[in-house]
Amino acid sequence: MQQQDIIVRFKTSQKHFTLNVDVKLPARGITAIWGQSGSGKTTLLRCIAGLEKAQQGMFKINNQEWQNANLFLPTHKRPFGYVFQEASLFPHLTAQENLDYAIKRAPAKTSQDTYDKILAIMGIENILNRHPQHLSGGERQRVAIARALLIQPQLLLMDEPLASLDHKRKTEIMPYLEQLNLHFDIPILYVSHSIDEVARLADHIVALENGHVIAQGGLLEVLSKIDSPLDIGEKTGAIIEGKIVEKDSTWHLAAINLANNKFWFRDNGEALNKTVRLRILARDVSIALSQHQDSSITNKLPAVISDIVADQKDVSMSLVQLEIDPGQLIARISNKSINTLSLNKGSTVWAQIKSAAVVN
Amino acid sequence: MNLSNDDFDAIGLTLRLASTVTLILLIIGTPIAWWLARTHSSWKGFISALVAMPLILPPTVIGFYLLIAMGPNGYIGQLTQSLGLGILPFTFWGLVIASVFYSLPFVVQPIQNAIEAIGKRPLEVAATLRASPFDRFFSVVLPIAKPGFMTAAVLGFAHTVGEFGIVLMIGGNIPNETRVISVQIYDHVEALEYAQAHYLSAIMVLFSFFALLSIYTLQRKQVSMNISNERQG
Repeated sequence: MQQQDIIVRFKTSQKHFTLNVDVKLPARGITAIWGQSGSGKTTLLRCIAGLEKAQQGMFKINNQEWQNANLFLPTHKRPFGYVFQEASLFPHLTAQENLDYAIKRAPAKTSQDTYDKILAIMGIENILNRHPQHLSGGERQRVAIARALLIQPQLLLMDEPLASLDHKRKTEIMPYLEQLNLHFDIPILYVSHSIDEVARLADHIVALENGHVIAQGGLLEVLSKIDSPLDIGEKTGAIIEGKIVEKDSTWHLAAINLANNKFWFRDNGEALNKTVRLRILARDVSIALSQHQDSSITNKLPAVISDIVADQKDVSMSLVQLEIDPGQLIARISNKSINTLSLNKGSTVWAQIKSAAVVN
Repeated sequence: MNLSNDDFDAIGLTLRLASTVTLILLIIGTPIAWWLARTHSSWKGFISALVAMPLILPPTVIGFYLLIAMGPNGYIGQLTQSLGLGILPFTFWGLVIASVFYSLPFVVQPIQNAIEAIGKRPLEVAATLRASPFDRFFSVVLPIAKPGFMTAAVLGFAHTVGEFGIVLMIGGNIPNETRVISVQIYDHVEALEYAQAHYLSAIMVLFSFFALLSIYTLQRKQVSMNISNERQG
């Protein structure tokens, strides 16, 4: 039976730093490896690629072993594609020749269809005759991604592919990354320190701190928990997904179904029936005991409080876990309000959501 | 310009010697340069110093020791005798070996600098694109470091053409075997044939100038290659 997962086990000590990771990941979708700088995420990726030799290591994808106690496939024998942090195109070759470098060394012949599709999705058809120094940062990174796809990888490793780009270029390249996941059935391990990028792109998350895994699981579950060990402060908040069921052109709004209600948010032009991912930050959620009709807030959902924990960053505040149907929200409210409203585990309340943003 | 047959013989021999030495130096100098560029070994300083010695040692000193080593009782001499090759001093191949030692730093250093400038990243990238170590050398290192290799070849060639002291010690003055241009010029001057000495000297001046001109052109190319490599970063 084909086992559809990735087993990653690495233990290695460097000066002042130990990486010790043992996780099982789904061999599909985008898995974010998230952490602050120095958490070991790039080291982990390099161990998987065989660019670094861990003292103890085991790596297996779909029952195919790349490394164990008795086996160490060298980098060039591992069937993955790698996108480096800074553009890594060969300076002596044009964009086209950079792609040909991969095509020539790919295990099977590249069909014209695949080739055309990769070029079209990355939007690089018209820049192929240029040398890397005559491409913008975003263009170089798109060529590098196309090159990594043309090697016909069974796994795509991306090491902060947006980190070297400015904000404008980041937003410009994001849609290409989303397309990547939609059009190619290749599992992606995506290293990033940006929770915004992760919230937008990933399906699964592995959070690292000082070389250890502090949380892992489905992105929606991990981010929507108040006791998540991810230290993201102001960015704490739940993520929900839904299909667009209605659009309101008068007020430029779109809605998904959530907890038997229509949940409205700004229409960014997504088509009806498209699944969107919304991020609802804890600071944008407040709690009322009854359904106010006289407030400016459009979105009010019935919810049950399942947990309350103190905010580590602010002694006056708490994080409240709200169960909606289906899913979870997080509200960040003051301890005074909790006391005034007598909020407890099990209380039935109305969650008032001031704003929600489409992240993809 | 009327060069004598002896002069032409000397020019031909010099070109043959310099080409042979350059080829050998590129082959043995590249792995040395590669190792020096990449190693973290504590031997690096020691090997670097050894390779660079001919830069400051008088050629007569190198020639003297090689003469002894290649002589009938020297290590190299005993080896060549046991292989049935005879004794190397005062032969063309003796001169080749001496020149290889003498010109080694001129070939190793430009290659080493060029490889250091490439850095590790392009090689890692090539490895992730399924290029074997051999493939990586020919598809990435060689083309990116090409100006460095060409500089090394020109310097090695020109430096071998220009040697004198070591030839006197090891080669002597045997027509078509060890009598290179510099020795021929010396002979002309000794014989007061100043016109002949002028011709050959002028040829050497022009050759040296154009050799250096090509090196500086190549260095500009290497710099622009490295800049474009960095600009991406």
